[in-house]
This record gives sequence, structure tokens and C-alpha cells, in this order.
Amino acid sequence: MHLQRIDMVWLGLLAATGVTVALGEAGVVHGHAWALLTIFALVLLKGAWIALDFMELRDAPPLWRRLVLGWLVLVVALIVLAWALTLRV
Amino acid sequence: MRGCHPRCDRGEVDIIGPSEGLVASSILAGRTSLAPFLAAGKLCSNVSWGCPQLQMTSPGLTTIASASSRHADEPRLRGDLAIWFIIALEMLTFGVMFVSYAFARSVDLALFNASQATLDLRAGALNTVLLLTGSWCVARAVHALRADASRNGARWLAAAIACGLGFMVSKGAELGQKFAAGIDMSTNTFYMFYVMLTAFHFMHVAAAVVLLVIVWTQARRGAYADGNMHTPETVAAFWHMVDLLWIVLFPLVYVMR
Repeated sequence: MHLQRIDMVWLGLLAATGVTVALGEAGVVHGHAWALLTIFALVLLKGAWIALDFMELRDAPPLWRRLVLGWLVLVVALIVLAWALTLRV
Repeated sequence: MRGCHPRCDRGEVDIIGPSEGLVASSILAGRTSLAPFLAAGKLCSNVSWGCPQLQMTSPGLTTIASASSRHADEPRLRGDLAIWFIIALEMLTFGVMFVSYAFARSVDLALFNASQATLDLRAGALNTVLLLTGSWCVARAVHALRADASRNGARWLAAAIACGLGFMVSKGAELGQKFAAGIDMSTNTFYMFYVMLTAFHFMHVAAAVVLLVIVWTQARRGAYADGNMHTPETVAAFWHMVDLLWIVLFPLVYVMR
């Protein structure tokens, strides 16, 4: 069975999850900005994969693709902003 | 399918019906019978397919859609538009909850960190793997159904359902454990968000599983094929949304601490 794009996407999603969980388990998230930013960069990557390849928005009219990806970017940006506020504590 | 222009050589008759685009791929795959559907266009006794790659004729009654050669390349939103409005609404609702959680956390870091310590990261990781794998199975199912491989499609749907049920068992156990320990929405701000987010999300997973079961029963009867994919695509979109929400929820609640 030859691998299709959606198979590669699934493997990529699992790999990204592995990295996220490893960072969590290593306890480096608290106090290390790079770890947290990596995790949320992966959220963007995973979200984009699901939106573009699983939801098939890659071949959809631009409006809906932009809405879903835009939501992802906005929500993650606000979460990271809220987290950044805690850095002053 | 680029540049394939069907031309009726004889016996052309106009029919009226909802347009769905043409199953050109099934013709080129060597099938002589098309999936039964109505196309706005014509019935033709002998269709010539003028494709740069391939010249062939299909004798016998064939349906062709008008502008069929353009349909394959046009951008398409998969699934019913109504489900996309629902998806937009859910994204808005959960988005507000996610961001509220993040800001609530930033004003009470100590409380959140202390409460988050009671969460099991590995259970969350398992749940992520289950939903992602479920999404892969749903995507695979859609591809199979679109290729008129109903039985395969049904199997992939069954696998997706299993993943969804696995998630529900795991998440149900986790929530049950918390409730048994006397934790509920009124315990503190973190737990308010935790219960609200995970329980609300859980309900969406349950709804998605129910929809998958419905599609699965129909797929087993061969109800879906290329040109008749509206329902599976609609349900698939909803499932993927549920997965997409979890992709944000898991790091936010389980990892960011």
C-alpha cells in the first residue's frame, strides 16, 4: 500500500504530538519560553494539517480556508499573549 | 481530468436535475457504469471523451454534466454549508473559552499550576493520539468511499468510531475520577474551566461518534460513491473540527504549566 498525503499528515501529527508530550514530560515548559513557543508553533502546524488536508480546505474556496486558519492563528496568538503576561510575575 | 471535453455523438437528450459534476475518473478507470445520479445536462447514447491523454468512447446510455470538465478543478467546500456554519460557531465558542482560560490563568498562576498538577499528561496524550488517528481513519474512509470502495470505506469508519469510543472511555474515566474526588465546576477557577472545556468537548465527540455510526450503517449498504458524498463529507468535517479543537485544548490545559 503506497502512502498517500493523508497518511504522511497523520504520521506528522503523531510526531508533533510526541514532541509536545516529550516537552511536557521533561518539565521544561515552565520557565523556558522556547519550549512553550515550540508547543504552540506545533499547534499551528497540526491545526493547519487538519484544516488543509483532513478538512480538505486546501482545495476549498479561500474564504473558509482563511477563516479556519485565521481562527487558529488568532487563538494561539492570544494564548501566547496571555502567557507572556505571566513572564513579568 | 484536465482538458477532458465530453461530446455527444448521437442520441442526445436534455434532462433536468441537480448538478453534481461528472464521474470522469470512473470512466477513465475502465468502469462502464456510472454511479447513479442526476446531472444537469444530457443523456447521450455515445459519448466521446476528447482528452489530451486519452481518446475513448463510451457506448450505451451515459449521463454527462454540462461544464463537467471544469468541475474537477474548481475549488469546493466539502460537506454541507450548514455544517460549516456550525463549525464556525463552535470555533468561536471554544475560541472564546480557550482565550478566557489563558487570561484567567495569567492572573492566578499559582492556583492554576497547583490544580493542573492533578491532571494526567499521559492520559491527555493518549486522547490526542486517539482523536488524530480517528481523523486519519475518517479521511481514509472518505477517500475510499469517493473511490467507490464502500466496504473499505465502512471499515475505515468503524476504525474511526472505535477511536472515538476509546476517547470517550478514557475521558469519561478521567472526569469520573475528578468528580469522585469531590471536584466540580465550583471548586476553583481552574476546575471551572477544566470541567467546562473537557465536558463540552466530550459532548461534541459523542455527537461526532453518533454521526459516524449513521454514516457507517449507510456506507455498509453501499449508499455512498463519488458524486454522492455529501453526507460523509459533512460528517467528516464535523469530526475534524472536534479534533482541531482538541489540538488546542490539550497543550493549553495539560501541557502549559
